[in-house]
Amino acid sequence: MKEKLHQLKLKYQGKKMAPAFNALHTFLYTPNETTHSGGHVRAVDDLKRTMNTVILALVPCLLFGIFNAGYQHYSAINGFPTDFSVMEHFITWDNFWLGAITVLPLVIVSYGVGLLIEFIFAVIKGHEVEEGYLVTGMLVPLIIPVDTPLWMLAVAVAFGVIIGKEVFGGTGMNILNPALTIRAFLFFAYPTWMSGDKVWVHGAKEGMTQAGSTDAISGETILGYLAQGNASEFSYSLSDMFFGFIPGSVGETSTFLILLGGLFLIFSKIASWRIMVSAVLGSLAMGLIFNGVVDAGWIPDYSKFYGLMQFDFWKHLIVGGLAFGIVYMATDPVTGSQTNKGKWVYGFLIGFISVMIRVFNPGYPEGVFLAILLMNVFAPTIDHYVVQGNVRKRMKRLKNATIFPKPSDGKAEELKAETV
Amino acid sequence: MALLSKKDANLILDPLADNNPITIQVLGICSALAITAELKASLVMSISVIFVMGVGNVVISLMRNLIPSKIRIIAQLIVVATLVIVVDQVLKAFAYELSKTLSVFVGLIITNCIIMGRFEAFALGNGVWRSFLDGVGNALGYGLILVMVGFFRELLGAGTLFGIPVLGDPIAKTGLYSIGYENNGFMIIPPAALIVVGVIIWVQRSRNRALIEEA
Repeated sequence: MKEKLHQLKLKYQGKKMAPAFNALHTFLYTPNETTHSGGHVRAVDDLKRTMNTVILALVPCLLFGIFNAGYQHYSAINGFPTDFSVMEHFITWDNFWLGAITVLPLVIVSYGVGLLIEFIFAVIKGHEVEEGYLVTGMLVPLIIPVDTPLWMLAVAVAFGVIIGKEVFGGTGMNILNPALTIRAFLFFAYPTWMSGDKVWVHGAKEGMTQAGSTDAISGETILGYLAQGNASEFSYSLSDMFFGFIPGSVGETSTFLILLGGLFLIFSKIASWRIMVSAVLGSLAMGLIFNGVVDAGWIPDYSKFYGLMQFDFWKHLIVGGLAFGIVYMATDPVTGSQTNKGKWVYGFLIGFISVMIRVFNPGYPEGVFLAILLMNVFAPTIDHYVVQGNVRKRMKRLKNATIFPKPSDGKAEELKAETV
Repeated sequence: MALLSKKDANLILDPLADNNPITIQVLGICSALAITAELKASLVMSISVIFVMGVGNVVISLMRNLIPSKIRIIAQLIVVATLVIVVDQVLKAFAYELSKTLSVFVGLIITNCIIMGRFEAFALGNGVWRSFLDGVGNALGYGLILVMVGFFRELLGAGTLFGIPVLGDPIAKTGLYSIGYENNGFMIIPPAALIVVGVIIWVQRSRNRALIEEA
């Protein structure tokens, strides 16, 4: 198999479709080319391996999302089980089957459309297909509601890949995170499919009803309840929130699995722990400020911000997409800050602004994607000032340092004078 | 005898494509973003600018030897302001609803960079007929882009053209809407205009690579 592929590659070398072929070829196999000159650092973590590691970290979230889609659907119809047990009520064939037929089409459309566009651009521009879309294609189905129509997803993916990435020069050149560009496009283009209490549970939008009654099913997210000031109406326990048995976008609900994925990414050194830690700190800081405002009694309880402001600061991390955004999106090495100091600032502001948007704009119950996109734009500026700061520090050090002339200095200058 | 000599014809034709005020000179972007959500508004805006620029260029060209160069900007502003007020009053009298949609943007034609740009760059140094052609040509180039952007934004954002539904009825679910199509709310907001203009620039420059600036 491998030999055959190598021969095929030689045959198609220089042809128009070569990049498309090479992309498939190197996906799983190492190419047989060797370099001919110079010394080289050999490393196993090329772009494809990096991408595959992230995808590996996302698989638990995807599986959980599939079961949760089924669980939320059947619970909305039949009522939530009173004595909830994971094995009996969550990991069941019914849940899996329903989740599979609703979630997997999203994954297929996301990859199909995105990779098709990448292939077309690679063939037109005559470069190799870059692997950037592998992760994006997996992230996209996890951050949208389960009932998103497939054609909307296709349009949004096309927009995100072309306008968000290819016009800037493809993978590695994009300013904005493509997965979040796709989500932002969906959010602004089709708001009725991206928010409200009808989109998070499969079937609610079509008007399915509860078993034995004519009441339509619905499922509001916790942030949605809070934004409307109905904090007392939801009955999810802390462990529900942490393990993710709550309505939300497909793969963002389980903070537990996201945490595991995050640790995996940190230990495999794929994602920056600085960004993750500082983003968590940032969101806690903003949450603490809001809690402080409520405790000080500066805000009346009929204020429309009250519901979200009095929400315990650390709980922000376990509801909505904040955890998912911090672990998988803020750490995108292309769009984030590059300097270590910059990463602290970048991450902190992402957490800080996410919680701020959540509270102050009930129209955007989920602020994290906007916060990350905003900080993506500012990341180069942050890096610039970090680098400038370092340059200034070293200039100062140079100015204060006494430089003793070395005996060789004079000679070098003499030599220089001669050669000039 | 042709109606226009080749040189004069180029004054009109150049700004339509290879020297377009919006896509090549990147002027007048502000109004292009603000009023292009509907095709009708784009068209009226274009016609207003064609009028203001055509007449304005003629007036400035006539006065070009009388205006002291130190106060020429003020003189130009007065000419534009006068013309804009005429347009504004005409719109208020004959198309009141539309004038509300266009609101401040008609008034802001005064600050449209294309107009002052052409006064400065062309009308102050050329004869009346050529200035007229230049003004109309640039305004046409501006209008062309506005109408293109307006076309896509209204069609995709509201499913209508000139307010007439062309894709079916979104509420009664007829036409395209019966198979699940929905209007794209993103096209209604101004950032979409920026992206549409960007795509037009992209298409234009990839068709004519000589237009690509050096990095």
